[in-house]
Amino acid sequence: MFEMFTDLATWLVVDIFGLSKETKLGDALHFFIEDTTKIFFLLLVMIYAIALIRASMNVERVRDYLAGKHKGVGYLLGSSFGAITPFCSCSSIPVFLGFTSAGIPVGITMSFLITSPLINEVAVLLLLSLLGWKFTLLYVVVGMSVGVLGGVFLDAIKAERWLQSFAAKALKRGKNSSVVQAKQVKILSLKQRHTFAKEEMLEIFGRVWKWVIIGVGLGATLHGFVPEGWIEEHLGNGQWWSVPAAVLLGIPLYSNATGVIPVMESLIKQGLPIGTTLAFCMSTVAASFPEFILLKQVMQWRLLAILFVLLLVAFTLIGWFFNYLTPFI
Amino acid sequence: MKIIKVLGTGCAKCTKTLEAISKIADELNIDINIIKETDPEVIMEYGVMSTPAVIIDEVNVHSGSIPHRQEIEVWLQEE
Repeated sequence: MFEMFTDLATWLVVDIFGLSKETKLGDALHFFIEDTTKIFFLLLVMIYAIALIRASMNVERVRDYLAGKHKGVGYLLGSSFGAITPFCSCSSIPVFLGFTSAGIPVGITMSFLITSPLINEVAVLLLLSLLGWKFTLLYVVVGMSVGVLGGVFLDAIKAERWLQSFAAKALKRGKNSSVVQAKQVKILSLKQRHTFAKEEMLEIFGRVWKWVIIGVGLGATLHGFVPEGWIEEHLGNGQWWSVPAAVLLGIPLYSNATGVIPVMESLIKQGLPIGTTLAFCMSTVAASFPEFILLKQVMQWRLLAILFVLLLVAFTLIGWFFNYLTPFI
Repeated sequence: MKIIKVLGTGCAKCTKTLEAISKIADELNIDINIIKETDPEVIMEYGVMSTPAVIIDEVNVHSGSIPHRQEIEVWLQEE
């Protein structure tokens, strides 16, 4: 069904602009038009459809559900909810405190917060359309594993020792009170769902469209102007250091998943190994300074540093693992 | 006079919420005392997890998005 976007791009580039697809500029432009139109179309349709379904899902319900759950399943549930619950990253502090004051262990809360930026419906959608279901599945499994294992690790080292004192007190209070506030669940009519979905669609689209343009633009530039084989030769599988280098490079670059996925597509097509690409992209999306500075309000420096190193090590290991595995998939 | 608090950790939506309420109160000629609350500890004490949230005379009337104009008008005109 996606051929129409290829045809549209060909028509615009060849018939309207009079460029040949053989030229660098024509090729890059074709890539840009095809990808942006396809992504914009998918975003508008799918965000609306998904929002319609999950209109009644929110962080308050997740908290009530997670509170009092056994730890063993808690991490997996925390991570799963992180993937499907919508929330703006500017809410991560209130969400952290809301979970904490309900007595939910720090590890489970962090499983939620680590997974959340890595996996969301927009990211999954883009991956599916640009890189296929195998890669998408891989990405989701890896993203959730980072969330789950990160959470388990943080509880194992008793990370709650290094919360800011008011947050630690709130956690203690939450653990001691067994009363879970049962918030009444609103039943939504179809009309309310439609209103929610429409607002959600416009809101998310308004927020991400520029990222798509930037991401696809970068991807198109790579596609058209970096000589074929250059990346493969210089950053291919042979160089072990290219993975940690990619992770480090991703830290100062801050983007959400929407912007980085078109770049990913282009890098993989150019021959950058899958592991290196994954490591770079996850680092760009999940390890960013602005986010960490926000977390300082609830965590002491020590815990922040541990979390940061934890993510960097995890992404590097993922990169190596997948580079090693590629010949076998 | 109503005391209105807008809770949020400083995101763009929180600022917009505050501006919208102030503007509508001006238009309707209603005196309000509006405060921006960014302290995470205070936000926690109100039990708010999705920001921006609006607290009017210590009652949480809204959270998670920029409120609509109609909602704001209702809040302001309520006795």
